Amino acid sequence: MVTATAPLTAKDFKSDQEVRWCPGCGDYSILTQLQKVLAETGATRENTVFVSGIGCSSRFPYYMDTYGFHGIHGRAPAIATGVKLANPALNVWVVTGDGDGLSIGGNHLMHTIRRNINLKIILFNNRIYGLTKGQYSPTSEFGKKTKSSPWGTVEHPIHPTSIALGAEITFVARCVDVDTQFMQHILRRAVEHRGTAFIEVYQACQVYNQEAYAFASDRKTKLDNLLYLEHGQPMIFGRERNRGIRLRGTRPEVVEFGPHVSEHDLLVHDERSADPTLAYLLSRMHFPEFPEPVGVFRAVEEPTYDELVMQQIAQVTQRLGPGDLDKLFNSGDTWTVE
Amino acid sequence: MSTATRQERQAGVSDQRIVEELAQAVIRFAGDSGDGMQLAGTQFTNATAVYGNDISTFPDYPSEIRAPAGTLGGVSGFQINFGRQRVYTPGDYVDALIAMNPAALKVNIADLVEGGVLIVNTDEFTAANLQRARYEANPLETGELNRFRVYRVPITSLTLEAVKDAGLSPKHAARCKNFFALGLAFWLYDRPLDTTLKWIDEKFAKVPAVVAANRRALQAGYNFGETAQLFTVRYRVPPARLEPGRYRNLTGNQATAIGLITAARLANKPLFYASYPITPASEILHELSLHKNFDVRTFQAEDEIAAMAAVVGAAFAGSIAATGTSGPGLALKQEAIGLAVMTELPCVIVDVQRGGPSTGLPTKTEQADLWQALFGRHGECPLPVLAAQSPADCFWTALEAVRVAVKYMTPVLMLSDAYLAQGSGPWRIPQATDLKPIEIRHATDPATFQPYRRNAHGARPWAIPGTPGLQHRVGGLEKSDIYGAVSHDPLNHQRMVELRAQKVANVVNDIPDQEVYGADSGELLLVSWGGTFGAVRTAAELLRADGRAVGHMHLRWIHPLPRNVGEILKRFRRILVCELNLGQLQLVLQGRFMVETVGLHKVQGRPFRVRDILEKANELLGGS
Repeated sequence: MVTATAPLTAKDFKSDQEVRWCPGCGDYSILTQLQKVLAETGATRENTVFVSGIGCSSRFPYYMDTYGFHGIHGRAPAIATGVKLANPALNVWVVTGDGDGLSIGGNHLMHTIRRNINLKIILFNNRIYGLTKGQYSPTSEFGKKTKSSPWGTVEHPIHPTSIALGAEITFVARCVDVDTQFMQHILRRAVEHRGTAFIEVYQACQVYNQEAYAFASDRKTKLDNLLYLEHGQPMIFGRERNRGIRLRGTRPEVVEFGPHVSEHDLLVHDERSADPTLAYLLSRMHFPEFPEPVGVFRAVEEPTYDELVMQQIAQVTQRLGPGDLDKLFNSGDTWTVE
Repeated sequence: MSTATRQERQAGVSDQRIVEELAQAVIRFAGDSGDGMQLAGTQFTNATAVYGNDISTFPDYPSEIRAPAGTLGGVSGFQINFGRQRVYTPGDYVDALIAMNPAALKVNIADLVEGGVLIVNTDEFTAANLQRARYEANPLETGELNRFRVYRVPITSLTLEAVKDAGLSPKHAARCKNFFALGLAFWLYDRPLDTTLKWIDEKFAKVPAVVAANRRALQAGYNFGETAQLFTVRYRVPPARLEPGRYRNLTGNQATAIGLITAARLANKPLFYASYPITPASEILHELSLHKNFDVRTFQAEDEIAAMAAVVGAAFAGSIAATGTSGPGLALKQEAIGLAVMTELPCVIVDVQRGGPSTGLPTKTEQADLWQALFGRHGECPLPVLAAQSPADCFWTALEAVRVAVKYMTPVLMLSDAYLAQGSGPWRIPQATDLKPIEIRHATDPATFQPYRRNAHGARPWAIPGTPGLQHRVGGLEKSDIYGAVSHDPLNHQRMVELRAQKVANVVNDIPDQEVYGADSGELLLVSWGGTFGAVRTAAELLRADGRAVGHMHLRWIHPLPRNVGEILKRFRRILVCELNLGQLQLVLQGRFMVETVGLHKVQGRPFRVRDILEKANELLGGS
């Protein structure tokens, strides 16, 4: 492997392809932040692979000067699994969306997470199908009117972070596309994590779902509407930082500081808890009843699938000796014809 | 073909018993699916192979893991054809049938030759079992079996007696009765017990009581034949005169697995095998999982689609990548196979065909996936397709599939079937050093690299992640010729479609000209592909022995076809295409070469009998 003579910059990760997302799309922001973070964290172009499925987000690999695989709808986690198992030394990223990752590819996402294979998965959640021109997605809110639901949907959305936790994710985080510094922080955390890292990015679709996350992206209101999670810190939010989350029975509630309520009464975030219950509880908090949590919900260390696969190969090789074709051919009952 | 014509009877006397020498014999173990018939059959096979006969086997079991005991639906059978000459099929008919209960008798008796040996376990012929098998009267008493040589043996009680001191519960003790039956079969055909005794010792080493019980049951069965004055004849089938060398018995699925391991080793690469369990392909995954010391990376995926998608990913990253499945799984994989065609990445898809459509006959054989293999994808999506002809040939076919895949940068589809996969036959063991290495040259030079610049074979370069300066993007969208940028240009698309098709057509350069067995031209050409080789070749041999100008063309490569196939077809007056489907190869040949053909079609979940082919051939030939 050749080492770069000068450290790479964000620009080095840009491919020569013209970026073709709609003007104002949050995808641009994710692309830029990721290029910065890759450069900063010392990634190399030749050892980085971006894998995607189908959808607007899935054009992502074309715009990165790394190895890239624009796959088929929903299958990016499975393709990426093959890449990683063929060469565990590679840094493999999966770029997916709410339709690609949670609808047609839901099964692969669940099982990839369950295995804790060392992939970074970014799910761009705009709660709509953009590339097919505006049908509802599995994260669209109940009753949403779209081209395929002119009278409103009659199905309930699923929540990506809850799904990831249900599949035993070891790292799950959320951020908002316009919050660029915070996104960089989350991406860096994902790079540091060993195992499946799952990041949900809230974003608007400028054409089909502009208001998807207005509550989270509007600078004026976001501090009141988002809960920034910090490990070991009480869950405080609000422009005045005068409100917080308290547990009442098994339910969280919003409380305001006052004579009988102080930060000592609040839930304290613990991203490293072996038990995912707190993270799951956070994943169920939705605006407007609650501020929506952003940041790292859960970050625990577990052996990764790719490590275990290679370890097992090493162990079996130690036990049986390196594979010898003649020995393999002649195993079992053999006989000789003169 | 009756047994009389292929048995050379040489009467001799030993232990006051007649020993008949046979050129060939077919034996079938049949019982309830819980009776261990597959095990008995496999052990008989191994002992017979080690003894030196040529063999061909046919396991036949229900798709239910445990159908209700004693019912017709729960009957499991294992048939072995062994001879001192070449044996190509498990045999049309059975010379000796061991029926462990009334249901097994009812299901199998039609295949027993007249005068054949019938050993019945009389203990199981109870009123309840007769009723379960839908017998109105006990066939042992009605005289309906008089045309066979019936041996009534209380196998269950003799087994219990033999193993009573081994320390097993009565229920477990009764389970040893398959070994009693096996011991009796060993005696009847004069086979040594040592191969099976050794196997018992190794298999059950951790449970001494089971070792003791199974050994005793086996020995008791053998001794019963020896001492009970029931049997007046025993048989001997002398060792075969096979090509000199060392041999081993392999099932088709084992052979496929070992072939894939060998290919990866010859290419000096890890083997990545992703698969979702499906009958009758799962044993490939099982076998490969045993051999991780060959850097075999098995991935039991969450579904068929994931398995294929992972294979494409692993191929991109530089592994020898393969998947195995059966018809329904192949249908699910087709979209991702299209991705492999589009991205021009090398991989192998093994389709172990079974009766379809849908769940169909999951444990039974059929060749009805040929069209799916050739045409089952969206868009213009050709890929090389080849088919194995015998269990052992699965080894060579898998090896060839990998060679072609990496040379032409294409997915290759290898067809096997339930009959090959689960059946077994002797494999002449090669020397690893005699196998030609698979040379792979990955692209490394950034100065000259273009992702879709082709070599003389039409293959694009294989540039794998980790190689500095060769970063590129592949994917399902059409790419520009040479440069590989996304392209919607109409003329470029036509060019790329044609280039991909031409590349696959170029594989013909790696395929030897088609050979014809027997007559080079004349009255009738028998055409077959895949697992029907044995039955059709046997029929061709018999027809030629009869003096007919008959040829046999067995196709290994179906896409592309060898160059001279069209020319061969023109040399014969009649063409009979024999397939376990309704004429899939027939349509391909007729479409390609505008020749008139006759089809012999069988879709019963069973392989051809030699007789099926002889009857049809004789009808076409007239006279005789």
